[in-house]
Amino acid sequence: MSAAPTAARLGLLACEVCRLVSRAPALGGDAHCPRCSATLHARKPASLARTWAFLITAMILYVPANMLPIMDTSSLFGTQRDTILSGVAFLWTSGSFVLALLVFFASIMVPLAKMIALTVLAASVQMRAAWHPRTRTRLYRVIEFAGRWSMLDIYVVTLLVALVHVSTFASIHAGPGAAAFGAVVVLTMFAATSFDPRLIWDTLGEKP
Amino acid sequence: MSASPPVACLECDLLHRRSPLPPGGEARCTRCGACLYRWARPDANERALALALAACILFVVANVFPIVGLEIQGVHSSATLIGAARSLWDDGARAVALLVFVTTVLVPAAELIGITWVLAALRRGRRGWGAVPLLHFIESVKPWGMVEVFVLGVLVALVKLTHVASVEPGAGLFAFGALMLLIAASAAAFDADAAWAQLEAGR
Repeated sequence: MSAAPTAARLGLLACEVCRLVSRAPALGGDAHCPRCSATLHARKPASLARTWAFLITAMILYVPANMLPIMDTSSLFGTQRDTILSGVAFLWTSGSFVLALLVFFASIMVPLAKMIALTVLAASVQMRAAWHPRTRTRLYRVIEFAGRWSMLDIYVVTLLVALVHVSTFASIHAGPGAAAFGAVVVLTMFAATSFDPRLIWDTLGEKP
Repeated sequence: MSASPPVACLECDLLHRRSPLPPGGEARCTRCGACLYRWARPDANERALALALAACILFVVANVFPIVGLEIQGVHSSATLIGAARSLWDDGARAVALLVFVTTVLVPAAELIGITWVLAALRRGRRGWGAVPLLHFIESVKPWGMVEVFVLGVLVALVKLTHVASVEPGAGLFAFGALMLLIAASAAAFDADAAWAQLEAGR
């Protein structure tokens, strides 16, 4: 593919807030959008470094998020500690197959798939790969949209703790896994917003 | 205005010339397929304002009434969203409580009040006080408003609880369901291009 007419090649900057395209200033320094005065960048600043930093932290926290209990249920029969996976198993064995699948996807598959996808995207940009830029861009679009749904379990735990709190029959408390899991969701969202999909296309123009 | 301004794809940076769209149409990037801009009805922001205003009212209803009520062995308990976040905070899970509060109360509230304020001012042909920073703010916190995920979370919690207790969905739950739809409808109707152009003209 020959050098495509991108804003960056033509010395233009697109505002990420109001989308106005304006001429980049001749001198260095921070450019500001003439319409909405947002700071303009040709590409998100330090995109790859930030993406990696958030991503690696999320990967490390993914371990305690899944190993530690996110919920402790204490009742007359003792204390039961639930991890995310055992919560899914509970839904499945009690017959709520659709919800079990839903929670399994939102809490286990989505964060995992998101971290793998972001690793592939960041690594491919780092290696200046030229394969399937359109597919990679689409992948980015999907993970940016899907990531929020992982918060599902956090809300479930919140409601369970609030409702089964005062009862004499049982009480539910949030476990340490919940904080780790919440952090994973937040960090992967930060990682996704730090990544600049335009970098996928930048390498294409360089190749002869 | 002079010739129609160019538009750059935010996902691959390719420049495009703007051209008029048929009603309901959408312009996509010729290279990566990302959406560049959508057709907007002339009264798009009027609709967005009406929907946002309705959402503001429902937001109050959703937060005042309990979401779910629960009865275990004669003991009744119910929780509003803010109450639930509070009991999580009291339980020691402060970071999680904060995360819940920010994503389901603070961000949606700020977004709704902000967009209502900006659009109401524009409708009267004025540039509302702080409109530009407000729109910036709304744009940057948008991914953190998660009302629709919360509604799904309530449903999952309800199903889990039906195994151990009798649960009744409260008025808050229905209000949240409607709020979720109104937020989505208002965001879909909002014509950011027109709003920015109007703000620029009013400067």
